[in-house]
Amino acid sequence: MHARVAYAGAIHHATPAREETPGREHAPGREEAPGREGAPGREGAPGREGALGREGALGRERLRLADGRIVAAADVVWLPPFQVGTVIALGLNYADHAKELAFQQQEEPLVFLKGPGTLLGHRGETRRPAGVKFMHYECELAVIIGRSGKQVARSHALQHVAGYCVANDYAIRDYLENWYRPNLRVKNRDGGTVLGPWFVDADDVADPAQLELRTFVNGTLTQQGNTRDLIFDIPFLIEYLSSFMTLGPGDVILTGTPHGVVNVMPGDVVACEIDGLGRLINTIVADDEFGR
Amino acid sequence: MPAGADFFSMPFDVAPYTLSGTVYGALLNHRSALAALGDAVHLPPYGAPPKAPVLRIKPRNTLAGAGSVVRIPAGTPELEVGACVGMVIGHTACRVAETRAMDFVAGYLIVADVSIPHESLHRPSIRFNARDGFCPLGPAVTARADIANPDALTVGIYLDGNWVQTASTADLIRPAARLLADVTEFMTLSPGDVLALGATGPATRVRSGQMLRIEIGGLGSLSNSFMDAAA
Repeated sequence: MHARVAYAGAIHHATPAREETPGREHAPGREEAPGREGAPGREGAPGREGALGREGALGRERLRLADGRIVAAADVVWLPPFQVGTVIALGLNYADHAKELAFQQQEEPLVFLKGPGTLLGHRGETRRPAGVKFMHYECELAVIIGRSGKQVARSHALQHVAGYCVANDYAIRDYLENWYRPNLRVKNRDGGTVLGPWFVDADDVADPAQLELRTFVNGTLTQQGNTRDLIFDIPFLIEYLSSFMTLGPGDVILTGTPHGVVNVMPGDVVACEIDGLGRLINTIVADDEFGR
Repeated sequence: MPAGADFFSMPFDVAPYTLSGTVYGALLNHRSALAALGDAVHLPPYGAPPKAPVLRIKPRNTLAGAGSVVRIPAGTPELEVGACVGMVIGHTACRVAETRAMDFVAGYLIVADVSIPHESLHRPSIRFNARDGFCPLGPAVTARADIANPDALTVGIYLDGNWVQTASTADLIRPAARLLADVTEFMTLSPGDVLALGATGPATRVRSGQMLRIEIGGLGSLSNSFMDAAA
């Protein structure tokens, strides 16, 4: 697994640094400034440990950059973990979520597209506009295309997959209109599509159709599902999509979200996790952070 | 390679000099488009006319240049094409005011928004419009300074050289500056992105073997042939 992070003036390929990893710890002076733990690490606030526990608190997580530096995870900016091409997203691809939204069984996948401006990395901030009533996260398995393909047969579909990551595909339902749903004002907002933290090689995922997904809001489990319950599974989606569009390297399929979407408010820390892929953390912020 | 691969290398004479490959297009932005739907706009599944801009994304596999061949899928008798003016973004545009919006535009080009004809506009499948080669653009980017008023451009459509339609960007529900302001309220546009203003008139139906030409005053003309995919 690897990440793309910004650190000390450049963008780096980064991997998790193991405890025993040799190499000198790199620590620019400013890291030592008192109070630093508190500022970016809202999740470090009391009562938030639950959302972070498994991978250790932010302050202890370390990354190895490709150039050999070992850095604290708290000191990097996490970017989407690969160069993102076309973003293809599925609506209502879990039976329980479709039921939750009172949607009838479809004959064809409900697919929509997203632009690059909506992308955000791990530990980023997503704006909730003042006055909206229902903004919700969607924890999803993201399937990253490696080898280009057109008219790919289901039996060959997984050969076109480079890897996987966690996605959080936010929606603001207040803006839903019934023209070309889901409209971009709901689904293509700045910072509304969070990817990461890791790009996990396809070879390291034993069975993408048996992955448990969970979302925690401020440490409380709010959403749970398993990719075995996808209405349209990954090979089907690749066969279907490539029947009319060429899939290219970096194109990504967000495979839909299970039951359990709840409203989130400024200050909430949303952690989406998938077995073996890690935990993707995002903080909801209010308009004032954006000068509105 | 996707049909549009060669298109990304097309440079032009004003910053940012190349396109980013991200293309958004407005839909239902012409008075005639909503009028043609009549009372249906108030009935299910729509319920009400659109409030915010209706937009769609033409992904990178759809992008093609002038002179490209648009392939008509098997079993489809004809395609439809919306002739649009595309604005090329010059500067990062986030929450731009309508009065300053055009400062963020580098120039303009012609966008042919190709679809398989479809009845419902409620939740149309992307297989109707995200097919390889379904978004020819060109023939070049004309600098903003060379276009006096993007809201008064004449759009002419010709099939095999025969006149089909003349329309104008003057009849758009959201003219250029207003569209930019309303879109960038919730999504930032980056240099080289294209935001198409939307079709200026009814879509043109095109059959295999035909040549479509879109002429827009000051922007030149964009010609593309249409052929059965099997041919």
